[in-house]
Amino acid sequence: MNFLSIFDVIGPNMIGPSSSHTAGAVAIALSARKMYGRPIEKVTFTLYGSFARTYRGHGTDKALLGGTLGFHTDDERIRDAFEIADRMGVEYHFIPDEKTITNHPNTADIFFEDREGHTLFVRGESIGGGKMRIVRINHIDVEFTGEYSTLIVQQIDKPGVVAHITQCLSLHNINIAFMRLFREEKGTTAFTVVESDEPIPRDILQYIRINPNVSDLMLIEM
Amino acid sequence: MDFYTGQNLLNLCEETQMPISAVMKQRELTMGTLTEEEIDKKLETVLEIMETSSHAPIKKPGKSMGGLIGGEAKKLREHSQTPQSVAGSVLSKAMAYSMAVLEVNASMGLIVAAPTAGSSGVLPGILMALKEERGISDRDLYKGLLNASAVGYLLMRNASVSGAEAGCQAEVGAASAMAASAITEIMGGTPGQCLSAAAHALSNLLGLVCDPIAGLVESPCQTRNAIGVANALTSAELALAGISHPIPFDEMADTMYHVGKSLPFELRETAVGGCAGTPTGCALGCSICKHE
Repeated sequence: MNFLSIFDVIGPNMIGPSSSHTAGAVAIALSARKMYGRPIEKVTFTLYGSFARTYRGHGTDKALLGGTLGFHTDDERIRDAFEIADRMGVEYHFIPDEKTITNHPNTADIFFEDREGHTLFVRGESIGGGKMRIVRINHIDVEFTGEYSTLIVQQIDKPGVVAHITQCLSLHNINIAFMRLFREEKGTTAFTVVESDEPIPRDILQYIRINPNVSDLMLIEM
Repeated sequence: MDFYTGQNLLNLCEETQMPISAVMKQRELTMGTLTEEEIDKKLETVLEIMETSSHAPIKKPGKSMGGLIGGEAKKLREHSQTPQSVAGSVLSKAMAYSMAVLEVNASMGLIVAAPTAGSSGVLPGILMALKEERGISDRDLYKGLLNASAVGYLLMRNASVSGAEAGCQAEVGAASAMAASAITEIMGGTPGQCLSAAAHALSNLLGLVCDPIAGLVESPCQTRNAIGVANALTSAELALAGISHPIPFDEMADTMYHVGKSLPFELRETAVGGCAGTPTGCALGCSICKHE
């Protein structure tokens, strides 16, 4: 069992009304924003299950949008996320989908796109108490919580890529807490997800990128 | 230094001759990642948010997102100044403050989950009322927060604080047990009396269902927080008077969990049964949806 801190009990400090429907939604969107790593031009949210049924009364829509604007779970600007996004010229859409059954009742998809054609699809689940996990990137099922510094490498599933990543991390003295490879099928696109208790420095990315089978890199800093 | 049960905690208090609050802080220092300065700073932030969220709606009430609540805390404060008020100064203030926090929560304001958002009013309601009506210092309120977090940690670890898993008895019940224990330490009770107060509080709300109208954290959640406050004060008063519960805290936590697990699905945050399932509750649920 993970260590339960004083502030896991008396906390989180959060914008209400619900840790699962509001704070967890902010956390999913904030991680997605960090993964996208570009200015937000257009974002579409699809809400499933309990999110789809009760999102307005729980402010899940404002929480998701606020997270993509970079607000944390205790940021009082979340309440005004629509107005702020409008002022920034961010286009946003919400699609409640009550029919599709997802693995978890509190699930949201976030799809970013911009004029240059950069897109990213992220699916997250709000698993209670403000905690969340990311379970899909583009077409690939993954699993991580965003509670650690997280490096996500999109790669072609060829021999040597994972060894290259661990070598780069070891040269920079990064202690790996968890590392997993996720892929659709052998030889196609795969994601390596590395989680570390220490910050992963951004300049490590240029070394990992050297490998020709690495196609994209995302870093979720704490 | 760590503990896994209430009995472990009491033994540690006995060995070290420290109150529950100090043991909980030592546990965080030895097992967690925070320094003492970081803990103190975070406790300060928590108390600030609790102070603001328990007072703001009394000056400036607002409607909740779902429209089921808003303005109740102000009404209670005003009522307490009239000859018709029956609750006494600590209880009436703590009730109003606890309901104020739920108003802030339901209108997308900043609160501290303690242990959850739905039960976030109980602990600040009590602490702020004690501060204002009994002149309790912030230093003692921090001890109250630490003490409450020890009880909350044990319930999270050995039972549940989730309404979806174990009903309102696990949310407001846990908050009430945490607050009861905190009051007991603040008022000079022993560690044993603290956990006895927590056991009283759990026992008094055993079986309480989670039945939010329209699935929103508004009603009956808000008034259940006021009940959580009254129950915490009652339980602390019992323990401080030397009336201990025949069932020890650990067994009470265990039975709270089992009672919660045996609640039917309709009564665990699904908005199908209880208040939510009454004809009026259903109608309110629908009218909220249509309104959207």
